[in-house]
Amino acid sequence: MSKRNPDYENSFWQKFAMWCSGDYDPAKGKFEMKKPGQKSKGPNIIGKLMHILAQEESIYASERDKNLRTFNRFYIIVSVALGFLLTILLLVTVSQLPRFGDANAPENNEVARRYIEKGLEETGAVNIVAGMILDYRAFDTFGESCVLFVASCCVLMLLKEKKPEPEKRYDPVNSAILQPAARILVPIIIIFGIYVILNGHISPGGGFSGGAIIGTGFILYQTAFGFEKTGKFLSEKFIKVITVLALSFYCFAKSYSFYTGANHLHSVITPGTPGAILSAGLIVYLNICVGIVVACTMYSFYAAFRRGSF
Amino acid sequence: METLRILLLLFLIICAVSVSFSKKLLVSVVIYMAFSLVMAIIWLILESPDLAITEGAVGAGVTSILLFVTLKKIRSIRTEYSEKEQEEE
Repeated sequence: MSKRNPDYENSFWQKFAMWCSGDYDPAKGKFEMKKPGQKSKGPNIIGKLMHILAQEESIYASERDKNLRTFNRFYIIVSVALGFLLTILLLVTVSQLPRFGDANAPENNEVARRYIEKGLEETGAVNIVAGMILDYRAFDTFGESCVLFVASCCVLMLLKEKKPEPEKRYDPVNSAILQPAARILVPIIIIFGIYVILNGHISPGGGFSGGAIIGTGFILYQTAFGFEKTGKFLSEKFIKVITVLALSFYCFAKSYSFYTGANHLHSVITPGTPGAILSAGLIVYLNICVGIVVACTMYSFYAAFRRGSF
Repeated sequence: METLRILLLLFLIICAVSVSFSKKLLVSVVIYMAFSLVMAIIWLILESPDLAITEGAVGAGVTSILLFVTLKKIRSIRTEYSEKEQEEE
């Protein structure tokens, strides 16, 4: 039998449970911002303020001016000197770098040789860069995608507005250039983005570039046709769900691949024939995941900056 | 090819200097877009087309759009809407 705490109402866990359900806020009354003062109702306050400022001006004018002038001169001299110092430092550093393509340069070690010689055989990706960032160093890329996701969450937290402003303000401008150009360009941009993502393991490009292209396509569509039409296929909930799904698929698929690889188990993922569209093991799917995350992040950044919501 | 590369690099330097000398923020952002576009061509010459694609999409596209929107939020750019609002006030 558990002993009852007589002072349960004020105990830590009770407060914690209330905090979880939203009834109690420990920070209440501590961090609250003061309401901004009422707007001045007439010239009275401003006139008083100007009067005070003018008084101060007359008292400190001569002294402050002298100080200000010396500070300005000092500021210019120091900034020019710092600029020159930084320029010289960078030029000296660049002049001491090893020459481009030098065989004895420190970056030409066994790691790079392994990537170049065995990359195609081990990953099945014709594009060596995709093989490196999505196979050998896949967890780096996973971290980067997570950083993008967290960044978009933070931007939404900071810029979200509770009351959406009058809708009319965000209606697109009707112009003879914007709408017809968007009607032609948006499909081309989005299809090019999809092409770049799907061919990430064959040709230059990949998830990040393709995702950024698709994101710009969405932004152009929004600028031309407004939030109402974009919201039909890109709502806040849809973006959240699809981003989290993409990230978790990436995490589980790559965990599986690393687990089987490290323990020498049989894996269902095979490199396949290099050059085919469905080859290179997981790279195609991981590229699609990264592309989804990047495109959604770009669009949600734009939406948050523009309106504060989707 | 060598002259083209030198020309592009010179253009980069001119862009970088003129960003800090332009008085209007809007002009600065447009110059920054030009900088990104030239940078994308230089990436292409340096044989890294994937970086060129990303620079074109992110540097010249998304970043400048976000800067434009921010300028509009801090009312540094005048639009039809803000002018109407001012007239009403």
